[in-house]
Amino acid sequence: MIALEKRPEPSRAFSLAAPLLAVAATMFFGGVLFALLGKDPFEAIQTIFWEPLFGQHWRYYSPQLLIKGAPLVLIAIGLSLGFKAGIWNIGAEGQYIMGALFGAGVGLAFYPTESVFIFPLMVLAGALGGWLWAMIPAVLKVKFGTNEILVSLMLVYVAEQFLASMALGLMRNPQGMGFPGSRNLQQYASAHNAELLSGTGMHWGVVAAFIAVIFGYVLLARHRLGFAIRVTGDAPRAAAFSGVNPARLVLFCLGMSGLLAGLAGVFEVAGPAGQVTIDFNVGYGFTAIIVAFLGRLHPVGILLAAALMALTYIGGDIAQSKLQLPAAAIQVFQGMLLFFLLALDLFTNYRLRLGRKEVV
Amino acid sequence: MTQPLLSLTSLTKAYPGVIANSDVSLKIAPGEVHALLGENGAGKSTLVKMIYGLVKPDSGQMQMNGQPFAPAEPSAARTAGVGMVFQHFSLFDAMSVAENIALGMENAPKLGALSAQISAVSEEYGLPLSPDRIVGDLSAGERQRVEIIRCLLQNPKLLIMDEPTSVLTPQEVEILFKTLRKLSAEGTAILYISHKLEEIRTLCDTATVLRLGKVVGHCTPRETTTREMAELMVGKLLQTPTRAGQQAGDVVLSLTGLRAPAPNAFGMALKDISLELRAGEVLGIGGVAGNGQDELLAALSGERPVPRGMVHFKGEDIGPLGPTARRERGLLTAPEERMGHAAAPDMSLTENAMLTGAVREGLDKGGFLDWPAATRFAQSIIDKFDVRTPGTHVAARSLSGGNLQKFVIGREVMQRPEVFVVNQPTWGVDASAAAAIRQALLDLAKNGAALIVISQDLDELMEISDRFAALNEGRLSEPRPAQGITVEEIGLLMGGAHGMEVAHV
Repeated sequence: MIALEKRPEPSRAFSLAAPLLAVAATMFFGGVLFALLGKDPFEAIQTIFWEPLFGQHWRYYSPQLLIKGAPLVLIAIGLSLGFKAGIWNIGAEGQYIMGALFGAGVGLAFYPTESVFIFPLMVLAGALGGWLWAMIPAVLKVKFGTNEILVSLMLVYVAEQFLASMALGLMRNPQGMGFPGSRNLQQYASAHNAELLSGTGMHWGVVAAFIAVIFGYVLLARHRLGFAIRVTGDAPRAAAFSGVNPARLVLFCLGMSGLLAGLAGVFEVAGPAGQVTIDFNVGYGFTAIIVAFLGRLHPVGILLAAALMALTYIGGDIAQSKLQLPAAAIQVFQGMLLFFLLALDLFTNYRLRLGRKEVV
Repeated sequence: MTQPLLSLTSLTKAYPGVIANSDVSLKIAPGEVHALLGENGAGKSTLVKMIYGLVKPDSGQMQMNGQPFAPAEPSAARTAGVGMVFQHFSLFDAMSVAENIALGMENAPKLGALSAQISAVSEEYGLPLSPDRIVGDLSAGERQRVEIIRCLLQNPKLLIMDEPTSVLTPQEVEILFKTLRKLSAEGTAILYISHKLEEIRTLCDTATVLRLGKVVGHCTPRETTTREMAELMVGKLLQTPTRAGQQAGDVVLSLTGLRAPAPNAFGMALKDISLELRAGEVLGIGGVAGNGQDELLAALSGERPVPRGMVHFKGEDIGPLGPTARRERGLLTAPEERMGHAAAPDMSLTENAMLTGAVREGLDKGGFLDWPAATRFAQSIIDKFDVRTPGTHVAARSLSGGNLQKFVIGREVMQRPEVFVVNQPTWGVDASAAAAIRQALLDLAKNGAALIVISQDLDELMEISDRFAALNEGRLSEPRPAQGITVEEIGLLMGGAHGMEVAHV
C-alpha cells in the first residue's frame, strides 16, 4: 500500500529541488517521446537546450532569449501575485492582446508625427488596456461572485476577435495594398521599441521585466499588500481576521496582472513584432502560467523559469527546422514540464510511505 | 471478584516518533462505569480505538469474557459486543434518523421494523427521538442520541463514550446520565472518556488515569477530589487562577440591539443583543456550540461589520469599522478555531505575530513591514507564555494545539487590549496550559481591561467570570452576577434541554 503522509513542516530542500527534478524528468520522458517519433533523442534534447546558447549560430539565437523571456517574466510576475492569493487569472493572453491594441492604437493615431512623448504614451495606454481587460473579471467577481477563471479565460477569445477585427479593419495599414495588419511600428521611430544595445535583444520590455522582478520581490517580502496576498493564499479566514479586505485584494491582484500583461503586449507590438496582425499573439499569456509555477511563484524563480521556457521556445524552433520535429511535439514537451513540476510539488508537503496502511 | 468483562494486558502501540500507549493494563467488570482520564495526547483515543478494532496493538493481549479478543476491524468489535459513540458524529444530515441508523448496522432490518425498534429503545432508555425526523434538523444532543441508539440496538456489553457531554446542556447531560445508569444497572459496562472531572465524580465507579501513554494511577472518583484527579493527570500541582475582586470601571464596550443575519445556511443570526461591558470586568458567555458564538465574535472583531448604532467602543460608533481599525482603538479578539482562523497554518510564528500585531506593535511602517521587530515580538510571546517551540521560524501547524493556543492568546494579550473578546480560550488545551491562559486573562482584567470570554466550559466560566450570560439561538440572556449562580439556572439560560423533556420512564 502506498500512502501519502503530510509532512509536519514543508520541506525546503524539496521545494528547491522540485523544479530541477521536473526539468530532468521532462528531458527523460521528452527524449522517449522524440525517440518514438523516430528522432535521435540525444540530438533533439541537445538541440533544444544547447544549440541556442552554444551552437554555431548562438549570436543570432541568444538575443532571442531576452526577447522571448521578457514578456513571460512580465506576465508571470503579475500572475504569481494572484496565484499566491488563490485568485486565478487565466486570461493574461487576452490582457496581453488588449495591451498591444491600446498601445498600438495610440501610436498609430499619432502617425506620422514624431515626438519623444509618443512611446511613453503608448506604454501607458498598453498598461491601461491590460488593466481594463482584467478589471472585467475582477469587478464581476467582487460584485456578483462570478468565477474569475472562466470569465478571464473566455475574455481571451473575445480579445482575439478584437485583434482580428483591428488587424483587418480599423488598424489596417492604408498603404498595405490590402494585406491584413497594421503599419509596421518598427519603421515609425517615435513608436518603435528599438533595441537599446544593438545585437543584444535588450529593449524597454526587458528593462521593465527586470524592474517587475524587483517590484514583485519587495512587494511580497516587505510590503503589507504582499503579506496580505500570502496570508490569503494560506488561510483566507485568518486573512479576513487580520483585516484583509478580500474584494480589494481581488481588484489589486487581477488589476496588477492585467497591467503587467498589457505592458508585455505593448512592448512586443512596438518592438519584436512590429505590427498588429491576426496572429500577433503566440501564447505568452498561457505559457506564463507555466513559468509562474515553474518559478514557484517566486520573483527570482520566475526569472529563471522564463529563461528556461524561452530556451525551449527557441530550441524548439531550431529542432523543428533542423530535425523536422512537429510543433505539437515541442508543445507536449513544454507541457510535460508543468506536469512534472506540479506532480513533484506534492512532495514538498507530503512524503511517500510504502507499507501497510495504518488506520488512525 | 467476578470475572472481568474486558481485560487489557500490557497493551503497547507506537506511532512514528511517539509511543501512544505503553504497557497499558486495565479491567472492566460487567455493569461498571469506568472513566478513562488524561490530558490531550495521553493516549486515551488510541486505547479505545484498539478496543474498537480501529487500531491494532503492537503487543499485549485483550480478553473479552475470558476469551482472547483481537478485533481486526470495527465490525468484529461490534459483533463481540462493543459499541462506541464518537465525539464527532458520523451522520448524514439529509437522511432520517432511521435511515442513518440502518446505514451503520450490519444486516439492518426493514425500515419499518427498524423504526419500531428505535421507538422501543428510545422509550426504554429515556432517549426521546422520533425515527422519521431528518437528522439535519436535530440538535447536537439529539444527534448524539441517534448514535447511542444505533449502539444500543446491537445490545452491546461494553459501550465506549468519547467526550459525550461536550455538546450538551446540563439538562441534556442529566438525561444522558440517567440512560447510562440504567444501562449499567442492566449489566452493560461503560468506558467513559471525559476531561470534565465533576461529571466523572458523579457518574463513574472507577477511573484509570493515563499520562503520556502510561497508566499512572487508578482511583475511585467519588472519593477523590477533582483537584487530586487533575494533578494525577498532569503529574504536578495545579495553580488555581487567583483574582482580586475589584470595582468595575467605566463602560468601554456597549452593544445596543445588535443584529446580524446568519452568514450562511449553517450559521446563526444574532438577534437583538444588548450589553454593557465595564473596564476591569470579565463577562462570561456560555451556551451550546452553534448558538451564535462565532457570529458574535465576528461582529465584535470586525470581520463582519454591522450597521451604525449597534456597537460602541468608549462612546465611538465602531459598527462599520473593519478588524484593523478596531484593533487600532484597542478592541482585540481571538477566535475559537486556532488553525486557519486565528493563525495561518503554513506560516511561521513570526508571520503569525505580524498577522494581528502589525498595527499596535508598530510593525507596519508606512506599508513596509518590519520583520526583525516582528521576530522580536514573536519571541517575546514565546518567552512570556511558555510556548514550546524550536523558534520563531517554525510553521504554526507544527505546534501542538495547546502551544498554538498559548501563542494566539499571548499575541493578543501582549498587545495590551482595552477590550479583549475570546472564544473558547482553553478548548483542547491541557490542564496546566489552560490554567496559565486563565491566569493571563484574569491579569488582563486586573490591569483594567474588559473581557468577554465565550466558552462552552461552564467550570471555566464560573472560575473567571464576574458576570454571566448565555447565548441561545442567537439571543443573549440578561447578564447576571456569576457569584451564586447554580448549574440549573445556567442550564435554563442556555435553553434547557432544547425543548426536549425527559421521557416518561
